[in-house]
Amino acid sequence: MLGIIFGVCSVIAMLAIGEGASYEAQERIKALGSNNIIVRSVKPPDEAREQNNSGGRSRGIRYGLTYDDTARIYSTIPGVERVLPMRLIRERIRFFEIELPCQVIGTLSFYPEIVSIDLVKGRFLSHMDEVYKQNVCVLTTSLAQRLFPYHDPLEQTIKIAGVYYRVVGLVREINTPNERPQSGESEGETLENNVYLPLATCKARFGETLIKRTGNQVNSETVQLHEIRVQMKDHSFVESADPQVRTMLSRFHKDVDYEITVPLQLLRQAEATKRMFNIVLGSIAAISLIVGGIGIMNIMLANVTERTREIGVRRALGGKKRDIITQFLVETVVLSVGGGLVGVVVGVITPILVTSTTGMNTIITWWSVALAFSISGAIGVVFGIYPANAAASLDPIEALRHE
Amino acid sequence: MANDPIIRIEGIERKYVMGDDIEVMALDGVDIDIHQGEYVAIMGPSGSGKSTMLNLLGCLDRPTSGSYWLGGEDVAQMDDDSLSDVRGRRIGFIFQSYNLIAQLTVLENIQVPLFYQGKSMTESYDRCVELAQLVGLGERLTHRPNQLSGGQQQRVAIARSLVNDPLMILADEPTGNLDSKTGLEVLDLIDDLNDDGKTIVLVTHDNYVAERAHRVIHMKDGHVDREEIKRRTGEERQKVYKRR
Repeated sequence: MLGIIFGVCSVIAMLAIGEGASYEAQERIKALGSNNIIVRSVKPPDEAREQNNSGGRSRGIRYGLTYDDTARIYSTIPGVERVLPMRLIRERIRFFEIELPCQVIGTLSFYPEIVSIDLVKGRFLSHMDEVYKQNVCVLTTSLAQRLFPYHDPLEQTIKIAGVYYRVVGLVREINTPNERPQSGESEGETLENNVYLPLATCKARFGETLIKRTGNQVNSETVQLHEIRVQMKDHSFVESADPQVRTMLSRFHKDVDYEITVPLQLLRQAEATKRMFNIVLGSIAAISLIVGGIGIMNIMLANVTERTREIGVRRALGGKKRDIITQFLVETVVLSVGGGLVGVVVGVITPILVTSTTGMNTIITWWSVALAFSISGAIGVVFGIYPANAAASLDPIEALRHE
Repeated sequence: MANDPIIRIEGIERKYVMGDDIEVMALDGVDIDIHQGEYVAIMGPSGSGKSTMLNLLGCLDRPTSGSYWLGGEDVAQMDDDSLSDVRGRRIGFIFQSYNLIAQLTVLENIQVPLFYQGKSMTESYDRCVELAQLVGLGERLTHRPNQLSGGQQQRVAIARSLVNDPLMILADEPTGNLDSKTGLEVLDLIDDLNDDGKTIVLVTHDNYVAERAHRVIHMKDGHVDREEIKRRTGEERQKVYKRR
């Protein structure tokens, strides 16, 4: 019977944990946009090595996506709705005596339509900001809370790398799970500390070259755009666009200084993984249920032996073979369903415990409960037939003589 | 007593084949007639075939040849399900070791034959209670067998054997596991049943038990050796025994 309990419990619990994990994964991928293709600049490994091995000499490298790439993608790839260029710079933001690390994102005004963020207060960057290279910025709420503990952030002026910017809006990213424990991560690395600047402003104030000094070495990196997000008109265009983007970029880039992420593919992979996972879990549970069924069968066989006399008496009193079969089958099913009930209870409690102790999301699906429960009943029938048959096949005369 | 026998056994043979073509004739041509209301005892040493006879009479076994007319039906070659049905409707068993079902109460034990005839406890309740009272266990309806003495258990078995209003009561050594006093009480009870018109067939090796019967059939080596007529009527029995 333990086998039944374990099998039923594991079906429910493991499926719940699996569903929860894959749901989270899928939500995160969906937040990237299933119509989107994300292209990121990547430092080509050869260049990186050369920089490190240059033995004291200063080197400058140029790599990554360009504004031309943006234009080309928009004009040559079919099905493109919009193309969003982005510059990402690690900086420090300052308001009076409070200075914090932050992630500067230089981008265009339709950013919120491609990346999932909520406008909380004020406004996002506008087209005019871009045209006139305004020194305005939009902050994420968590950054704003820490920078402005006593003030309303709107219309305040903050300073980044010696330049002042006016805060025009507050946003909140909606794809990150809220309850995630942040132990071990330094503050500046969470997604929540973003400062959004108009792309043109960003280019004008920060330039495109990043200079790093290590000892006597001075290395410089020139990157036009760190990321391009391509929004396709429809799911169907995403499939065809991926190879086309790759081809186009490879023709215009000497090295592979970019990487392409297709959330739709990731989503499909995640779903395929989930299905695999479910199959593996299902197999484990099935094996354990079979073991449980065999256990029950053995218990019932022993039971039949013990009650041989009783079976003989029942037959003598008018019981037919099928009456005996029914009796023992019912008893077996009661046993297996009893185990199933216990398994359901444990199987529902376990994911709840897991969620409360580890913070991992778990989703208890009603169909897994129904499935596990009905399987426990079926196991009772299947593994009860043999003992029930054995009982019914006893010769009444021999049975009455037994014991 | 009716004129036609309710039990008619003609030329019954029961042959066992023990591997390698060795045949054992447990019953070798038996003819018996039993009429309604008779009280018959079957006696014989071991190996005489009386146990085989008992099993055949009780429809627990089939003869290898011959006919067995029970209440107008030829049950000799019936299939398993039909035989089970006949047992349930026509025969009431009383065993030497009571054979009550341990997990059931007195009332539920009495009801078992009716259960296999498709009746529910609600339908059977009144009759079961009535029979329990008849055998003197009306106060112990919810007791389990392990709470009863041997004599009380046998009374429950007797009530059970009556519940389906059988054609005959078949008793196998009913006092075998009881002390002499309790045994007498049980035999008195069986006498009462016979007085009420019930046909009794009783298998025993005890002469004192056989004394109660109208007729004793002595068996030997698989056939009827001789028959003894003990007495004709219940009044005669009263003269033989001074009881209570």
